[in-house]
Amino acid sequence: MLTALFVMIGLALLLGVILGYSALKFKVEGDPLVARIDAILPQTQCGQCGYPGCKPYATAIANGEADINQCPPGGDAGVRALSDLLGVEYKPLNAEHGTPKPKALAVIDENICIGCTLCLQACPVDAILGAAKHMHTVIASECTGCELCVAPCPVDCISMEPIAESPDNWKWRYPIFEIKPVGIDQNTQQAQTQQAV
Amino acid sequence: MLQSYILILIGTVLVNNIVLVKILGLCPFMGVSKKLEASIGMAWATTFVLTIGAGTSYLISEYLLGTELFYLRTLSFIVVIAGIVQFTEMVVEKTSPVLYQVLGIYLPLITTNCAVLGIPLLNVQANHNFIESLLFGLGGSIGFSLVLILFASMRERMEAADVPVLFRGSAIAFVTAGLMSLAFMGFAGLTR
Amino acid sequence: MSAILNLSKLFKFKGGVHPPEHKLESTGAPILPLPLPAQLVLPLRQHVGNIPKICVEAGQHVLKGQLLAEAEGSISAAVHAPTSGSIIAIQEDLIPHPSGLPDMCITMEPDGKDQWIVHTPIDWRTADKQTLVASLRQSGIVGLGGATFPSHIKVRPDGTSGIRTLVINGAECEPYITCDDMLMRERADEIVHGIEIAHYLLGAQECLIGIEDNKPEAVAAMRAACAKSNTALQVVVVPTIYPSGDARRLINVLTGKEIPSYKRSTEVGIQCFNVATVLAMHRYFEFGEPMVSRVVTVTGNVAQPGNFEVLLGTPVTALLDAAGGVLPGTNEYIMGGPMMGFTLPSAQVPITKAANCIIAGAPDLFPQPQPAMPCIRCARCADACPVNLQPQELYWFSKSNNLEKAREYKLFDCIECGCCTYVCPSHIPLVQYYRYAKSETIAQDRAKEAADVARERNEFRLLRIEREKQERAQKHAQKTSGAKAEITDEAKKSAIAAAVERAKEQKAAVQPMNIDNLPPAVQSEIAEVDARRSEAAIQAENAMLEKVITGHDAAHPEAVEKQP
Repeated sequence: MLTALFVMIGLALLLGVILGYSALKFKVEGDPLVARIDAILPQTQCGQCGYPGCKPYATAIANGEADINQCPPGGDAGVRALSDLLGVEYKPLNAEHGTPKPKALAVIDENICIGCTLCLQACPVDAILGAAKHMHTVIASECTGCELCVAPCPVDCISMEPIAESPDNWKWRYPIFEIKPVGIDQNTQQAQTQQAV
Repeated sequence: MLQSYILILIGTVLVNNIVLVKILGLCPFMGVSKKLEASIGMAWATTFVLTIGAGTSYLISEYLLGTELFYLRTLSFIVVIAGIVQFTEMVVEKTSPVLYQVLGIYLPLITTNCAVLGIPLLNVQANHNFIESLLFGLGGSIGFSLVLILFASMRERMEAADVPVLFRGSAIAFVTAGLMSLAFMGFAGLTR
Repeated sequence: MSAILNLSKLFKFKGGVHPPEHKLESTGAPILPLPLPAQLVLPLRQHVGNIPKICVEAGQHVLKGQLLAEAEGSISAAVHAPTSGSIIAIQEDLIPHPSGLPDMCITMEPDGKDQWIVHTPIDWRTADKQTLVASLRQSGIVGLGGATFPSHIKVRPDGTSGIRTLVINGAECEPYITCDDMLMRERADEIVHGIEIAHYLLGAQECLIGIEDNKPEAVAAMRAACAKSNTALQVVVVPTIYPSGDARRLINVLTGKEIPSYKRSTEVGIQCFNVATVLAMHRYFEFGEPMVSRVVTVTGNVAQPGNFEVLLGTPVTALLDAAGGVLPGTNEYIMGGPMMGFTLPSAQVPITKAANCIIAGAPDLFPQPQPAMPCIRCARCADACPVNLQPQELYWFSKSNNLEKAREYKLFDCIECGCCTYVCPSHIPLVQYYRYAKSETIAQDRAKEAADVARERNEFRLLRIEREKQERAQKHAQKTSGAKAEITDEAKKSAIAAAVERAKEQKAAVQPMNIDNLPPAVQSEIAEVDARRSEAAIQAENAMLEKVITGHDAAHPEAVEKQP
């Protein structure tokens, strides 16, 4: 009886020492999960998820505070990628946070702009070029389409224009074509209906 | 001598495949085989755990427990296996965080893999010596890896295939596993 | 046929198909010129790379060969006027593109005189290579086999080009197309002169001209022309198989080398040019003629199929008329061949540098594709693929939108030759799936890159705001602890007064400029408004001064300014 106890305790202690040592040796710093979630998010920084940017939303998901279906710019594909990464069940996008829209870019109407810099401060990626009492303009290549600049503008000079299709960014469509129908011929069909009756 | 070792290897990999013939270790087999990279990672992890586990378990059962403390066998095996799995988890997390994330809960669940406990117990039952136990563990894990990778490859193709709606997902996976099992029955009699 | 002797060893590539050739329809007549059309539409985007910069304007009169748009950046090609005339418009017009979307084009109207610019031929034998390549950049010459890669990029003479073998592509493997065949038959001497130029520019040691064995006349003509040349040129006859005209396939057949997909052929010392491209180089250097025309095959459901020397920008309708008009039953127009070509949005599109053939399609020539049936995994497509891919796997992955896996299975190595679609017993349009998967993957990659940049910008912005906040806090700390307490009211007052003076001066210095020639009534109105404005301004200044000095805000009496 005692030997059994000593054997088990000895074994447990030995394993404990080995594991404790390896825990120190193989220590992993930081939480790379947040970075991995952030890599999936589309970086629009629009705040539609309810968090002030993509990194805070990623942190919230990692902490379990937020659900994975709150990001409309990421679309369905984004939710699926998140569910794959985290191993949680897929759920459709939460309509409370907005619906996915085709990507649009902000355009400032320079005739109306008064140079108040309110949109400059609102843009999360500093995509608006300008200074106080000077013309403001959106750098189209950096605009993420988050629409955060539209509301602060006091003269309503910012409009969102969807990106037009050009031979540059045109994509081939998913092939949709007729599939050969396999049907039963008239006689068999009649016989079957007769049998059913 | 060498011939018997080769026979043990072939026997455990093909004839008495632990997943498809002995029907042990189905949990990670079904759970991890959705993605090929995860399956390969799981195969490596299970090989490591099984082989070292089989060897250590033999040493413990032979020298530490002897014939008196035979009743502590299962308990001590599980403790050792749990320790090895924990160690493996730490190494995987350090060396490949992506794999760690991809395997998720299935990495610590290697502890509860019935094959990982079953092989050492079978070793004791068959009175294998140390080399034979190691080979049995190695062979079992190679068999597990082989079938796991084959199954994962098939499941990936089935994802894209035109499966009837009712069969999609786990249903067709189980049917496929059953068919694979039937196929592996063809190896019976190979090592006679 | 008996004179075809091969002195060099030939290699075979796996796969390939043998579609019916239909070449004899259009090889009956020599290359014919085309009458000047009423209008020429020149798209700016006729090549791979940057769009050239327009250097003419609407209404300007130009001569034949005059530069209309110059090459921008290193990978770009120029656009020249195909004939003399005037520029009507620079606007978006329909271009030959599978999307049917318009693009920026220069529209010009010929004046009928077809007057060339002053020719400036270059003696390439004596000029240094740097000058030659710089000149080639503005010549408008791009790869005329269909890839339209600017040719000056392919002849880098900076010593690192290390090209040992020059391959000339005269294979023309696609059915129906015969423009290269006729060029080789009629202009073999000029082509060989062009090959000599390319040979010199590349510093190559050997030159292999690959021609398929279904073109015996072309082989004979090229052999005769090569015999007259001093350079070591060799005509190699290759077996007819589609797609032996693909550059890498031809290099494989001629040299046995399989170039990995991540490498360019130049990295293994081989460069490949189409026969029409080297001919254009010859015309450019020897005669000073930039690229303004090309030979186009017109075939299919037309009265007299044949080859024509077509000015760039000619509408396809003019070509079809020259070929005797389309026969009844024509329902589509294909640019390119039946395997790799695409259907044109209409016949009003212009001929570009990439257009090697126009096929008038009819239901009896190109029957409606049969309805697709499910894939039976027969793997005939894998047997036919010339690039050793697995089309059936690519099909399943593209179909189920598993783009990651498709990329792993080398989706981007697919040359879209159409062999797999040709052999599929279930009539599945395989290439359509690959095109969809490729453009989807490219779009996703672009979005990811943009997202990475946006993330960086956002992080920098947050950093910048933090930094500014800290700087402000530091300054504030300095202010409250520092020596600001000594400044008296008087000093404050004078500083503010000086600032107000400066502001007044600035305002006075800015003159409104649109008040000249105004009727007196309007002028007096403006004067009234100005007076009112200055009144209000002075009042506002006084209020501000009061507020700062006394801490008393006349506009908001209840607000008490906090003492620092």
